[in-house]
Amino acid sequence: MITIPYLTALTTYFSYGLLFVFGQFRDFFRKIADWWLGSNLQGYAPICLGLEDFYTRRLYLRIQDCFGRPIASPPDSWVDLVERVSKDNNKTLQRTAKISRCLNLGSYNYLGFAAADEYCTPRVIESLKRFSPSTCSTRVDGGTTTLHNELEEVVANFVGKPAAIVFGMGYVTNSAVLPALIGKGGLIISDSLNHNSIVNGARGSGATVRVFQHNMPDHLEKVLREQIAEGQPRTHRPWKKIMVLVEGIYSMEGELCKLPEIVAICKKYRAYVYLDEAHSIGAIGKTGRGVCELLGVDTADVDILMGTFTKSFGSCGGYIAGSKELIQYMKYSCPAHLYATSISPPAAQQIISAIRVILGEDGTSRGAQKLARIRENSNFFRSELQKMGFEVLGDNDSPVMPVMLYNPAKIPAFSRECLKNQVAVVTVAFPATPLLLARARICISASHTREDLIKALEVFSKVGDLIGIKYFPAEPDKQQQDDGRVKLE
Amino acid sequence: MASIAMDMLKAASDWLTFVFDAPFARAVVFGVNIGGHLFVEGLLIVVIVFLLSQKSYKPPKRPLTKKVCQGCLAAKGLSFCIFLTFSVGLGCVVPFETKKKNLIWAFLFLLHFHVLILYLEIDELCDEWVPEPLIPKMTDEMRYEPPILESAAGSHTLINGTEVINFASANYLGLVGHGKLLEACTESLEKYGAGSCGPRGFYGTIDVHLDCEARIAKFLGTPDSILYSYGLSTMFSAIPAFCKKGDVIVADEGVHWAIQNGLQLSRSTVVYFKHNDMESLRDMLEKVTKGNKRAEKLRRYIVVEAVYQNSGQIAPLDEIIRLKENYRFRVLLDESNSMGVLGSSGRGLTEYCKVPVGKIDIITAAMGHALATEGGVCTGSARVIDHQRLSSSGYVFSASLPPYLTSAAITAIDILEENLDLIMKLKKNIGTLCRGLSDIQGLEIASDLASPIVFLRLKKSTGSLKGDLQVLEDIAQHVLKEDSVLVATSRRSTLDKCKLPVGIRLFVSAAHTEDDLMKAGESLKRVAALALNGHD
Repeated sequence: MITIPYLTALTTYFSYGLLFVFGQFRDFFRKIADWWLGSNLQGYAPICLGLEDFYTRRLYLRIQDCFGRPIASPPDSWVDLVERVSKDNNKTLQRTAKISRCLNLGSYNYLGFAAADEYCTPRVIESLKRFSPSTCSTRVDGGTTTLHNELEEVVANFVGKPAAIVFGMGYVTNSAVLPALIGKGGLIISDSLNHNSIVNGARGSGATVRVFQHNMPDHLEKVLREQIAEGQPRTHRPWKKIMVLVEGIYSMEGELCKLPEIVAICKKYRAYVYLDEAHSIGAIGKTGRGVCELLGVDTADVDILMGTFTKSFGSCGGYIAGSKELIQYMKYSCPAHLYATSISPPAAQQIISAIRVILGEDGTSRGAQKLARIRENSNFFRSELQKMGFEVLGDNDSPVMPVMLYNPAKIPAFSRECLKNQVAVVTVAFPATPLLLARARICISASHTREDLIKALEVFSKVGDLIGIKYFPAEPDKQQQDDGRVKLE
Repeated sequence: MASIAMDMLKAASDWLTFVFDAPFARAVVFGVNIGGHLFVEGLLIVVIVFLLSQKSYKPPKRPLTKKVCQGCLAAKGLSFCIFLTFSVGLGCVVPFETKKKNLIWAFLFLLHFHVLILYLEIDELCDEWVPEPLIPKMTDEMRYEPPILESAAGSHTLINGTEVINFASANYLGLVGHGKLLEACTESLEKYGAGSCGPRGFYGTIDVHLDCEARIAKFLGTPDSILYSYGLSTMFSAIPAFCKKGDVIVADEGVHWAIQNGLQLSRSTVVYFKHNDMESLRDMLEKVTKGNKRAEKLRRYIVVEAVYQNSGQIAPLDEIIRLKENYRFRVLLDESNSMGVLGSSGRGLTEYCKVPVGKIDIITAAMGHALATEGGVCTGSARVIDHQRLSSSGYVFSASLPPYLTSAAITAIDILEENLDLIMKLKKNIGTLCRGLSDIQGLEIASDLASPIVFLRLKKSTGSLKGDLQVLEDIAQHVLKEDSVLVATSRRSTLDKCKLPVGIRLFVSAAHTEDDLMKAGESLKRVAALALNGHD
């Protein structure tokens, strides 16, 4: 639950209203110009109808330079940002040869495996030489190498499930596995803030989808009771099966899933739990085993564990872990296993090596240090930001921390000012968040040093004062502030 | 303040009494004086009867005999008794004003009870509900174990310690294990690390990505291109980015799963035409557009594959272009199995059919085939590409392609442009294999003679996809065991809606030698003759 000051809500709406009106003006004149010059569509309908790309044309393009900044280095704690210039009012951006070295607070490099690693990289190169970058084949045909089987074993052991199956892309893992698991006559109950890949997978499955309020176990129970009582729409037959989809850490909120409560409810109503650990696996928990370990949930109680390798492990791909039969069935029916190129062998090796480091099987305590550091870093940074008066979302221990900006003008202002001070941040706005709740998202890494964080905090403090995003007083005395705020979900 | 409120309340209650009393004021039925209160009581009894007659939250299809909600029945009975006591029993004794109050109390009580009953009922329903198991019962066909490769998936590979000839990898140009490719990857791995740790929007754009997009656009002769991090995600992200609810798509019935999924996610009106049949395509286009004034305002697309993964057929692009221009449809072409293969310089189907590339609106391709790397690419006009950068889900919401695979793609195109003889070699190899398989018993070549996928299907189907697949699977197993030739059958996912016959797929590579191809042909012929004796 985010509360937003009345004044801020008003000014935010006003800003968007202004942008909309001016956009409409420009569209109007554009239309006249188009009509004057004659249509060149030759009977085809335009690729974007009406207002479909209004947001892109009139809002996004104005601040395009804050997104998609190219880098010329690994996405480590410091990156070489390639500077871009625009000659047509930000419509297009050209790369220049200039490079600025910036502190990276945007990449999902939670454990610092993004750059070349002393343990991983030599092994990855060795695998590359042995297996080439790709198998050019699907897993069922000729794309299963010894490395793939080893990876599945290592992953299953790491997450604490009997078996696992890996895919070459995290997004595909969700969107291709869900249709294989559940179909017509099934019910999916999804958290309202689930990632787009889950939404797409649920949509593609043909099952009925219901949503429960973000991270509210009570509401989940209410929806479950209602749905079990009502059965399928129209026919009122009982549901074939019910699956509850939640994420470990919500990437736009930085919040941890209330897993123990949700698992208890699902157990009570015999619904299956599908947990997406894209951001949590490797990053939290004492030994990096994700949200189950941190919150003390037995992995046996979660039917399907899903996660990605892009974030903590610095590779690519995703996995599904579950019972042996489940995995066997996935290998028989999942389209991503049957039709997609298998995960690149060097990437597989990177994951295996990264897990070995995390578990200390490389013979050093680097993994344990990384895990301790990311926890320390996250909690330090979060508490410091809160002390300064920023409105920070999310839970302790979570390496993702959104800082609320609200006003649309503050999005580019924050991003550009930070960049001027050599800090690269990610800002997120509509459509990834609700219109009012634009934010900057900070991802802390184990590779950040204390000096890095202090520098970032100094910059944030300065920029925060400049653009006025310290919505709370500097002392952590926030209780009185809650009056006079609109409640938003 | 309070007095005003009381006055208003009193006025309201007087008014209510008047309203209730009015219709039956001084009415006498069978000697009984019907006052307002009796009317209200009658009304309440009607409500109770109505509530009791309501079907409880029971799915009607379930047999009701087994376990009727006894707790609920008991509760219903109890509540009714209490109500009667309240309304009738008390009603006779106490004066009228109190009676009315009691009645209201009784009514509220009943409502609460009803809610409680519902709650109990739902509890019971929740207890009764038994979900299906998460996965169906395991059968033998689900236990299939694929061959495990012990070395790179080149034209020759190691399985169980023996060297086999590999026809299961779409390594068309033989770039798996190419020295230059490995060199580029190593360099990239050392410089950038393995992963990109972020989506393209958020510091996941590495300079090699931009270089690669420019390189591919230059190679194909298009204005711009966009990289996806997985071949499979390219199509199912690109289609919903352009086709929305209400739009019209005419698609081939033999398209692969990624396209099927994209069509489903787009929520457009999808019409299928017969596999690679231009007559059928024209009929469908005619049917969709004829007399449909609204269709002119809608976006209309034809979705085809250049070389169909499910059959090895090649789409007759010139004919499609003619139809498209005639009916004003846009074309979405998947070049996954033709980029780097077809045409004199490997630019794909457009070059092969001598169609200017600009006539195709959207081209997608997986790079996990000829280019021997991973990921996918979509290319077209700047407008088409820019639109995807913010509205294509697989691009926006996914981490970008690992930089080393991006470098590999750039290098692969460089190698291809420098070695055009690879394409010639591949063409020759396809010819050799097809000639070798021309008189195979019980099987026939279903693919086009220029297609790098040689698709063998049964001449006489066993009657079911499952049966066919079993027969073909046996042949593939024997070929692998006895002659060390790895071929793949076209296994289908349970989600795949493609109805085309299954078959054995041989992916021909430029790296195959004459001997390899002869051996594969002979081996298949020998095994097929044994397995399919009498199938002709």
